Amino acid sequence: MDINLTLIGQSIAMVVFVWFCMKFIWPPILHALEERQQQIEEGLAAADKSQEKLVEAQAKADEIVAEARHQATGILDQAHARANEIVAEGKDSGVKERERQLAAAKAEIEQETNKAREELRGQVSAIALASAEKILKREIDGKTHDDILGKLAQEI
Amino acid sequence: MAAEGGHGPQTSGDYITHHLQNLQVCKVGDEWVWNECAGNMMTINVDSMFWSAFLGLIFCFTFWRVARASSVGKPTKWQAFVEIIVEFVDASVKETFQGKSNLIAPLGLTIFVWVFLMNLMDLVPVDWIPVVVADWMLGIPYMKIVPTTDVNVTFGMSIAVFVLILVYTHLAKGPFALVKDLMLHPIEPSFKSTGAIIASVPIMAFNLILEVVALVAKPISLSLRLFGNMFAGELIFILIALLGLWQLPLHFGWAVFHVLIVTLQAFIFMMLTIVYLSLASEKH
Repeated sequence: MDINLTLIGQSIAMVVFVWFCMKFIWPPILHALEERQQQIEEGLAAADKSQEKLVEAQAKADEIVAEARHQATGILDQAHARANEIVAEGKDSGVKERERQLAAAKAEIEQETNKAREELRGQVSAIALASAEKILKREIDGKTHDDILGKLAQEI
Repeated sequence: MAAEGGHGPQTSGDYITHHLQNLQVCKVGDEWVWNECAGNMMTINVDSMFWSAFLGLIFCFTFWRVARASSVGKPTKWQAFVEIIVEFVDASVKETFQGKSNLIAPLGLTIFVWVFLMNLMDLVPVDWIPVVVADWMLGIPYMKIVPTTDVNVTFGMSIAVFVLILVYTHLAKGPFALVKDLMLHPIEPSFKSTGAIIASVPIMAFNLILEVVALVAKPISLSLRLFGNMFAGELIFILIALLGLWQLPLHFGWAVFHVLIVTLQAFIFMMLTIVYLSLASEKH
């Protein structure tokens, strides 16, 4: 337990170890620690920022969706209106067509009627003429009464 | 364990003395001789030096490996462990030492881990290395494996700290600061007139005596505290080892308690070193 040279040896050993620690151990470890602290700090800040951005983007997206919905409603309304219009137009043209065909049919009917009437008139006058001829053959010369009969046939 | 055949010591007294004897080499005349060194100042306790250097190298190597490969993003478990210690020391230093110094924190780390490792050797069962390995296997007669139970080791460290105290006083407060610190406190002398200066001389002498004692007490108390604790712990381990079978539960109990002392003493040594250096560099 005497004090001896070991004391000096131990002091030297301590100086060497402390020097080694100061030079090669402490700075890299502390550097890594500080850098990690900084990284964590930056990471947290970035997370906060991205959170904010997310909220912003969400709001923007909501806005866009709302606008799109609005536009869609507008387009739908327009389409409805157009469809109604087309239907109305169709109806209209249908009515016109029907009227046109009706008119054509009427005209044709009339034409046919006139034609039939003309024919009928001819036939009636022929029949009347014939009957009159038969009558007149008995009574008088048919030729003198021809113009009267013609006038009659005309009047029918 | 007390009776170990022809190799071991015979009586309890012999056993204890054997375990407390350092392996020494000393210079007698021109020759280096082994283990006949009582009272010789030119002695080296080979076992203390070997184990303290060995443990210091373990500290340096393991921590250096971590430092070299230290990763910011993905620390290994061992790195995380080392970082816990480093952060603990760093926090202690920042709490106590106000100035900026590149030395104090690494100094604290070295002291803490190194002293802890040296103290930890106390938990190795007392016969394993001194008797089984050293005596039986290698034929070395003495082997004290706990360096901090050697007063030379603790004193060697505290003297290095003492030198640092002087250096820091000088660096922080200028060349005459130490003299001023020693002479102008705690009773303040007056230099207003010639008479006052003459009257101040005994005051300053008194201050000097008081402050030199206080200054010298720092390294002595620092080293003796550690030495006393570890030596007493080691002695109790040796006494327990004398009990035969009963040593097993007792040894366990004392070892558990000793873990506390081992850590605490390492921490106290580090903390007081930081406090002394911070006091030294503090401006009044």
